[in-house]
Amino acid sequence: MAAAAMRSDVHAQTETAPAAVNPVTAPSLAKVSLKVNGKACDLELDTRTTLLDALREHLHLTGSKKGCDQGQCGACTVMVNGRRINSCLTLAVMQQGSEVTTIEGLGTPENMHPMQEAFVKCDGYQCGYCTSGQICSAVAVLGEIKEGIPSHVTEDLMKPPSWDSSEIRERMSGNLCRCGAYSNIMEAITQVAGGRA
Amino acid sequence: MKFETPATTNPIDQLKVVGQPLDRVDGPLKTTGKAPYAYEQHEAAPNPAYGYVVGAAIGKGRISSMDLGQAKAAPGVLAIITAENAGKLDKGDHNTAKLLGGPEIQHYHQAIAVVVAETFEQARSAAQLVRVKYEAAKGSFDLASVKDSGKKPKEGFGGPPETAVGDFDKAFAAAPVQLDATYTTPDQSHAMIEPHATIAAWEGDKLTIWTSNQMVGWGVGDMAKTLGIQKENVRLISPFIGGGFGGKLFLRADALLAALGARAVKRPVKIALQRALMINNTTHRPATIQRIRLGATKDGQLSAIAHESWSGDLPGGEPETAVSQTRLLYAGANRLTAMRLAELDLPEGNAMRAPGEAPGMMALEIAVDEMAEKLGMDPVEFRILNDTQVDPEKPERPFSQRRLIECLRTGAEKFGWDKRNAKPGQTREGRWLMGMGVAAALRNNLVMKSAARVKLDKSGHITVETDMTDIGTGSYTVIAQTAAETLGVSLDKVTVRLGDSTFPVSCGSGGQWGGNSSSSGVYAACMKLRAAITLKTGLSATEAIFADGKVSAGGRSVSLAEAAGDKGLEVEDTMEYGDLDKKFQQSTFGAHYVEVAVDSFTGETRVRRMLAVCAAGRILNPKTARSQVIGAMTMGVGAALMEELKVDKKRGFFVNHDLASYEVPVHADIPHQEVIFLDETDPISSPLKAKGVGELGICGVGAAVANAIYNATGVRVRDYPITLDKLIDQLPAVA
Repeated sequence: MAAAAMRSDVHAQTETAPAAVNPVTAPSLAKVSLKVNGKACDLELDTRTTLLDALREHLHLTGSKKGCDQGQCGACTVMVNGRRINSCLTLAVMQQGSEVTTIEGLGTPENMHPMQEAFVKCDGYQCGYCTSGQICSAVAVLGEIKEGIPSHVTEDLMKPPSWDSSEIRERMSGNLCRCGAYSNIMEAITQVAGGRA
Repeated sequence: MKFETPATTNPIDQLKVVGQPLDRVDGPLKTTGKAPYAYEQHEAAPNPAYGYVVGAAIGKGRISSMDLGQAKAAPGVLAIITAENAGKLDKGDHNTAKLLGGPEIQHYHQAIAVVVAETFEQARSAAQLVRVKYEAAKGSFDLASVKDSGKKPKEGFGGPPETAVGDFDKAFAAAPVQLDATYTTPDQSHAMIEPHATIAAWEGDKLTIWTSNQMVGWGVGDMAKTLGIQKENVRLISPFIGGGFGGKLFLRADALLAALGARAVKRPVKIALQRALMINNTTHRPATIQRIRLGATKDGQLSAIAHESWSGDLPGGEPETAVSQTRLLYAGANRLTAMRLAELDLPEGNAMRAPGEAPGMMALEIAVDEMAEKLGMDPVEFRILNDTQVDPEKPERPFSQRRLIECLRTGAEKFGWDKRNAKPGQTREGRWLMGMGVAAALRNNLVMKSAARVKLDKSGHITVETDMTDIGTGSYTVIAQTAAETLGVSLDKVTVRLGDSTFPVSCGSGGQWGGNSSSSGVYAACMKLRAAITLKTGLSATEAIFADGKVSAGGRSVSLAEAAGDKGLEVEDTMEYGDLDKKFQQSTFGAHYVEVAVDSFTGETRVRRMLAVCAAGRILNPKTARSQVIGAMTMGVGAALMEELKVDKKRGFFVNHDLASYEVPVHADIPHQEVIFLDETDPISSPLKAKGVGELGICGVGAAVANAIYNATGVRVRDYPITLDKLIDQLPAVA
């Protein structure tokens, strides 16, 4: 809570509150190069810019969503160098040289990724706002299981994790869906997993 | 078109497109990140400045001074808007508290300033430099302690504040079996994943806002009223909405502050409410205290039913209408319902998915379970015994359709209810205590006036325009299905454009009326287009058959493209309703069955299985309707097990105001869910013979979970949410 309050819960401080704010200075700019969806992108950014805002506000890739801006909802999930992360929790400058895959990089309306197709078929979304994060996470989750990376519910760390629904649910639990499409999302992921496993 | 008599056979009954479980037409956009939401209008509103909202740090009182000096001097800052420099502002008809507070503060995190800067990072940084001194006032923040000061609210959306039939007191006193219990439901948050967000741009005296709003018409009206400008000068665009659940029914601070900011800096301004500000800044579902008294004969006939509910809101606010369903759900000659509204200085209470019924049934359907147990009856049979086919308060009003019994029976059979041990705490699976619970579901079906424009172009393509919104409900899809069915074309020949105030005024998305009412408006416009087509082609209007992109009559066939001609055809119509909703009580019904496992050591509850059986008229699209129901069931699990805004009763705010501390269900909490729709049409509701379904799914779920927990453990919890601390000291001995 305290950390969250510092970050985005801005309410006006009373004068009796401790003055934790630094003196006003001009923003520091830094150059950063990313490879986003296979394309090289050179940016000059305020160093405080998150990877999420670099994608959304600077590269106009608005498929990655800002739901909370504090790592609690998963709507901003993208893959960086093959691993999924909350892009609101990393600064763009920390990702110098990284390869970033966003929802736009997985597929297009005309040429959808199998996971995107499965979400449509299984109605694994409603409002659509958590969907990009769900799909990026889902694709990464199947990769993690395939690579043998254990989760909190993996019973035997010496054996490869299973493909059962409790493993997938556990791994997907950082992606909130307030419309409550979970049951359908699981069906979509299971279908894709079934095709691969 | 006016709908005054029950529907007869019409083009929708063909069910070639309507009633089919089709994929959403907006699916490919949403799953590839190409659906543009309010904050994502780089092409339409280029070069925006960014706003960051400052919220009040007290629950009630006044700002005694505000120092903007340091913030104004911060890099990139273009303007800071406060109540002092914003100019004269009114308050929207749908707002209880002002959207820009100061000097008076009405609730915690009420917006008191917006800092507009070149970049988001600069605005955020500068917002930290706004210095405010407050004079805090004593506020009222605890419902339980002010409950008895509650007043009878005025009649509002949820009906009269009180109703009475027969002599409740006498009948209750005389009843051989009685239940008198009090239940509480906490404040809850919509917690939609897309924050309230707006981009505003002025062109002269004309304002355009891209915003996330369920009710385009209300938003335009309240923006105009708040700013003191003409409605005609406000355009509101809301093509995609990242969840609403009632939290985006109204103009909110993001929209107003973006408009004020854009006016000040003379360029577009974009604002998304910060997540940690949203819960106290916007609306929430108010907490309730509910007392339910039931009296029954020994054979289980209810003779006396009373439901009283207390809730609180800011002065001028409204009650949570938690007694609504009790007026309709069960028979019983002697009845009483009453609501009382106390003044609280917490943030504004307002509608959240199934306002009234959602918290009301969380209480009533535990009470019914408790009564069944007292009677030694199966809770399914007890409900069936007390079914009514007429409005119990006005027996001359029948229900248009009421198949609650069939919902209950079908569910019992499919769920394996006969395997439930009626004696609680008896069924174990290793360390888990297993239990099953049931609850009835009722949510009223409302029909609302709704208009649409339909265009036919020279290629035979149909475009539908209405200011209806799609908040995840499937509006784009069911509207496209309605137009395709009525005009006899395939779905790919229809384009649906929603969420723009330049389109005809729709019913909007709320109260589970959206799907049925907006599609009915589109049906009216399509029927008018059919008339225009037959007139133009000289075909007999009564004989014309619209199918396969052609209209045919008397052995002659004309393609719609040809009928449209080079200029095309365009019509507009509104669906309006007569008094069928007065003559008949229109409601939707369901039954929820839940199985839980409660950890015998820790009291942790896991939901194992869920089934909903729904009777909600014609289901326009079983795929999207099912999603509405499972989503509502999920929210119902949240309400039962985890969702609670914790009130700081001293300082007056909701403490857990983010998505980490306001817990909502996650993947791991929700099992596979089953939904069964009874095959039903309700010709009294609308020409589509459909009803609402989006809110029915949440009604009763919480109680079904609670009843399952009781069945598993023998512990009856009457205060939601049922967290493990409320169970652990009463669980059966482990060893």
